[in-house]
Amino acid sequence: MSALETPARVGTAAAAIDRATAEGRAALVAYLPVGFPDVDGSIEAAKAAVAGGADVVELGLPYSDPTMDGATIQRATEVCLTNRTRPADVLRAVEAVAATGAAVLVMTYWPPIDRYGVDRWAADLANAGGAGLITPDLIPDEAGAWLAASDAHDLERVFLVAPSSTDARLATTAAACRGFVYAASLMGVTGTRASVGAGAADLVRRTRAAGAERVCVGLGVSTPAQATEVAGYADGVIVGSAFVQRLLDADSTTAGVKAVGELAEALAAGVRARS
Amino acid sequence: MSTSQTTSQTTSDRTFSQERGPYFGAFGGRFVPEALVAALDEIEAAHTAAMSDPGYLAELAELHRTYTGRPSILTEVPRFAAHAGGARVILKREDLNHTGSHKINNVLGQALLTRRMGKERIIAETGAGQHGVATATAAALMGLECTIYMGEEDTRRQALNVARMRLLGAQVVPVTAGSRTLKDAVNEAFRDWVASVDTTHYAFGTVAGPHPFPVLVRDLQRIVGIEARQQVLDLTGRLPDAVAACVGGGSNAIGIFHAFLDDPSVALHGYEAGGDGLASGRHAAPISAGSTGVFQGARQFVMQDEDGQTVESHSISAGLDYPGVGPEHSWLAASGRAQYHPVTDAQAMEAFRLLCRTEGIIPAIESSHALAGALDLGKELGPDAVVLVSLSGRGDKDVDTAARWFGLVSDADLVASEAERVAEAPQDTEGSGW
Repeated sequence: MSALETPARVGTAAAAIDRATAEGRAALVAYLPVGFPDVDGSIEAAKAAVAGGADVVELGLPYSDPTMDGATIQRATEVCLTNRTRPADVLRAVEAVAATGAAVLVMTYWPPIDRYGVDRWAADLANAGGAGLITPDLIPDEAGAWLAASDAHDLERVFLVAPSSTDARLATTAAACRGFVYAASLMGVTGTRASVGAGAADLVRRTRAAGAERVCVGLGVSTPAQATEVAGYADGVIVGSAFVQRLLDADSTTAGVKAVGELAEALAAGVRARS
Repeated sequence: MSTSQTTSQTTSDRTFSQERGPYFGAFGGRFVPEALVAALDEIEAAHTAAMSDPGYLAELAELHRTYTGRPSILTEVPRFAAHAGGARVILKREDLNHTGSHKINNVLGQALLTRRMGKERIIAETGAGQHGVATATAAALMGLECTIYMGEEDTRRQALNVARMRLLGAQVVPVTAGSRTLKDAVNEAFRDWVASVDTTHYAFGTVAGPHPFPVLVRDLQRIVGIEARQQVLDLTGRLPDAVAACVGGGSNAIGIFHAFLDDPSVALHGYEAGGDGLASGRHAAPISAGSTGVFQGARQFVMQDEDGQTVESHSISAGLDYPGVGPEHSWLAASGRAQYHPVTDAQAMEAFRLLCRTEGIIPAIESSHALAGALDLGKELGPDAVVLVSLSGRGDKDVDTAARWFGLVSDADLVASEAERVAEAPQDTEGSGW
């Protein structure tokens, strides 16, 4: 079945987070780039993350100039592009992972979507069963075409906020988001870190005060203990580089997929252990 | 050389020189992580305040006069012009600036802004090294910590400028990601900046990137055109018929174009790096052979594939080896106010050779693209024409490249020189103890 012929998506990130909240825990959000180690391998890795307990999956559409990404995701992205991973591959991955019942968002920089055609992308993403889009380099100020297209196709749109965001910008961004607001835990790029940014809890508080219904925290979260800590104040815990690193470290795709599943299980336990 | 084909836009109700962003027509904007928005707002506010602050303007003017060597002179080059159909060819000598290029105009202004914003560190990207050297120079002058990101391929092509930056106290970080050239250095500088924005100013080197950089850098480079316009009037009694400048990101071209934007009699011509020729696909000519898209923070012409991935660029000139171009140039091209043309490596090097031999001036290879354009313009416009060329930099840094191109050193010498360079190259990225 092609992406255009698939039934409507089965879940949204908002619904997945609300279910987690109802269970008294935070949601686990897993990021994996499509095309690393190859398209089929990335689909299997994403499915393993869901099987391990991820509530929401972010599938990366690789871009040649990923300015928000640290060394780990850059390395994976270079492999994706060497493999000539294309938007159609990402839509195929969305379809396959959405079939598991998880909410699937695509995370990508804006140039590939701009080039694909914003409305065409929205239509194809919705038809593939995708819940929406996360845009690390698109702020609401520049997102007119995407706001219209996501409205027209009933897609979630997740913008980022940062510790440097003013209260006014938090309010603007919260109002523009649908699904959740992505709070960057620190000023920096993606990558695992020894500790979660000290300002993350305050950013979540400020973002909620600015009107956000759901706030998930990403950047630098990699361990179950960190997941537990973040789950104490956020609606969702986003983990990316740690999953990618498991695939980088593995000596085979099978071993990498297994390691991704094991990490998801550990992190899922972490978000359930919040105090 | 073919004229670029661009979409025409009605501009009769506009005064070109008054545009201040964030958009130039359909181009520009801010396609950046939210984490940088506050910093960009801060820079915009600081720049706006500075441009109406007599104290800032006086300090910058004094630096231009006593440190850079402004105003830069005009040099008429009749022996070169004899190859340009006999038209008068006049060079605006930015190559005579301290550090050897127009880049110092921008950097001194941004270094003063850095101090005014209370930041203690400055970072920059560089391709050929001219912007990096200028930034390292300004940092040394003003006591700022300095880090320069440079594609690993460019550190090899421009080893002399790497040494200069380190002598000036800057940390030079070779970037090994992507194509290892200028665009990757920009990416790495942005990554640094996201994490250090509280203490660090990113001294963007050209009129590209997110708002307000295209306006900020333009405002600091427009002194080139302001001076040149009056100097040409003084020399010839009239405005030039055409202004020629090379275009990578586009800062020197905007610098000299800007004062002439509202002079409809003055044709503006930008020359992009045609590399091995547009048909080869190995070039750096986003206006001539690219498409509109979003790249490194702004909507502009960019070299991209059907999926929006940036296409690797090529030029013999590291300074022009960039797959994007600033939004104001994109707008000037789309509106028809300026025309942009590709110049191949071979055409640029022939113009390089000609200026050396006829006038005793060794130009930067970047500027040689504009010189090649001037040869064509002169023939097209005839002997009564006046063609003003921005000689944006001098060729010291390019002597090695040119010597190889023209076969002025033997293969044995090249091998020995390369081996010696590799053996002696610093292995760390922390400078060499100076």
